[in-house]
Amino acid sequence: MSPWIIAGFVGAGLVGLGLYALVVNAQPLRKLLAFNLIGSGVFLVFGIVARRGAVGPFPFDPVPQAMVITGIVVAFAASALAVALMLRFAEETGRVTLDPDVWTKPKPDDGAEDQ
Amino acid sequence: MTPAETTTAGGALLVLAILLPAAGILASFALGGRNAEKIALGSAPLALLIALAILAEVWRSGRPIVYAIAGLSPPLGIALRADGISAAMLVTTALIIPAAGLYARAGFATPPEKRESRKALTFWIMLQAISAALAIVFVSGDLFNLYVALELLTFAAVPLACVEGRAETYAAALRYLLFALFGSIFYLLGCALLYGAFGTLDIALLAERMRPLPAVTAAAALMTAGLLAKTALFPLHIWLPPAHANAPAPASAVLSGLVVKGSFFLTVRLWFYVLPALPAAGFDAILGALGSAAVVFGSVLALRQARLKLLIAYSTIAQIGYLFLIFPLASGLHPWTVDGWNGGMMQVLAHAFAKAAMFLAAGLLYESLGHDKIAKFSGAARAMPMTFLTLGLGGLSLMGLPPSGGFAAKWLLLRASVASGQWFWALVLLAGGLLAAGYVYRILAPALSSHPVVLKAPPRRAGEAIALTLALVAVALGFAPESFFQLIAIGRPGLATAGLP
Repeated sequence: MSPWIIAGFVGAGLVGLGLYALVVNAQPLRKLLAFNLIGSGVFLVFGIVARRGAVGPFPFDPVPQAMVITGIVVAFAASALAVALMLRFAEETGRVTLDPDVWTKPKPDDGAEDQ
Repeated sequence: MTPAETTTAGGALLVLAILLPAAGILASFALGGRNAEKIALGSAPLALLIALAILAEVWRSGRPIVYAIAGLSPPLGIALRADGISAAMLVTTALIIPAAGLYARAGFATPPEKRESRKALTFWIMLQAISAALAIVFVSGDLFNLYVALELLTFAAVPLACVEGRAETYAAALRYLLFALFGSIFYLLGCALLYGAFGTLDIALLAERMRPLPAVTAAAALMTAGLLAKTALFPLHIWLPPAHANAPAPASAVLSGLVVKGSFFLTVRLWFYVLPALPAAGFDAILGALGSAAVVFGSVLALRQARLKLLIAYSTIAQIGYLFLIFPLASGLHPWTVDGWNGGMMQVLAHAFAKAAMFLAAGLLYESLGHDKIAKFSGAARAMPMTFLTLGLGGLSLMGLPPSGGFAAKWLLLRASVASGQWFWALVLLAGGLLAAGYVYRILAPALSSHPVVLKAPPRRAGEAIALTLALVAVALGFAPESFFQLIAIGRPGLATAGLP
């Protein structure tokens, strides 16, 4: 098995794990971590694309690598914005979940262990 | 097909269209709160001039304007392209953003006697950021560039949705952001697969190299799913009503009228410009079916809302549904696709103006009545006739009654669905119009009664005039001349590649 096939499976696995986490977790912070997990998988796929597209003297195609760098910057900015929003949301409401059932029936200690 | 694209006449205008709002953002940061408003409103006429110049140049040359960044042609460089629909969308943006800005002066202006606030600074900067991001979306010729543009659009739209700083707006904005982030990461995964298969992400080059590979199908599905989440197409719509209904009125107008159109525009780019060679009747039908479900579902929920702003937000979900009928009705190389394409694009513009007008009117009602509960509107139309005229005219376009842009859009879509023999879309169009009539009636009927009403504050004349103007534009679109449809056909690949196998 060539290295990039293994890397491809790892990338697919990361995307799958992230999707699973997205579906089963109600807390926005965990959803954000799931987003970053999927992001890592996607960047790995870009890496494989770069390796397979090697032409001429370069061992890699530089274009996908440039895209990964841009993608990482964008994902970082997105994570920062999301964390800032979550902090403000928690400040205003004392909650860490968007679950509407929890919203309408407040429980004092709910979700505190997730912080 | 040309092997390498170089900058055409007027190409520099595309750069200006992006740089002007981007420079405005930087200047607003540097010069501080009080000046942000002046910069945002002062640059608006310039932005409109640039958009009109792009439109004139596209119209004059009859083909897309191209700008190769740094003189490098794709695949090595990145191209900016503006065709007929880009030009039309740029002008629409350049009209609605300043309208929202002028309206917002009542809430976000900082006259000399008032202290500068972070809220106002955020609002004016994000308004310009939406302008900039939309300009990039409309003129980008590269799928990765479009990914960055979409992210910029999200980063500008989310703070606008929660600029009021109430708990429920944070929850709505957070949900919006999470939907948008997952949408864009799947779009990006699709980009990776397309680049892996064809070695470029330039739209024109991809269209030339396109072959039906399994990777393309996977990429198309991933990218479309991501874009649908950002466009709030049923069943990925749940973030939209709270985000749009809880934002301040001018922000709602921009979010509902323009921002969702950004990701829709990209979906159109993907399916009509990159993938027309893909045999995908199934995909078209799925998008059409989801759109139909959105029309029915959104309209029925709009009928059940107690608050005006939520009603208008659910109506957006229904009207977005109409947009997706363009996929079954304008793809392929049939004579009726012209009607489908024209109808879909007309719906984009008509909804942008009508919905912006209605959200601004809803904001005025909220200011004057102190609430936006539809049940308590009795007699309000007598106190605020202009505001209700705006709601009525906007509603006219949403229902698709003549004369209005909405009528033209739905009539064209209806013609395409009959001509193509896809009669079930016609049923959706008609049912949607009937349901829209229902929810517009719900707003207007109680307001027109002779019940005495006490206003907390007299309506703002300037705000009323802005909202009414937008509604009148939505109506005037119904009289769009034939040349408008010729404009939006410029650069449409279905026509350009009609001779290819």
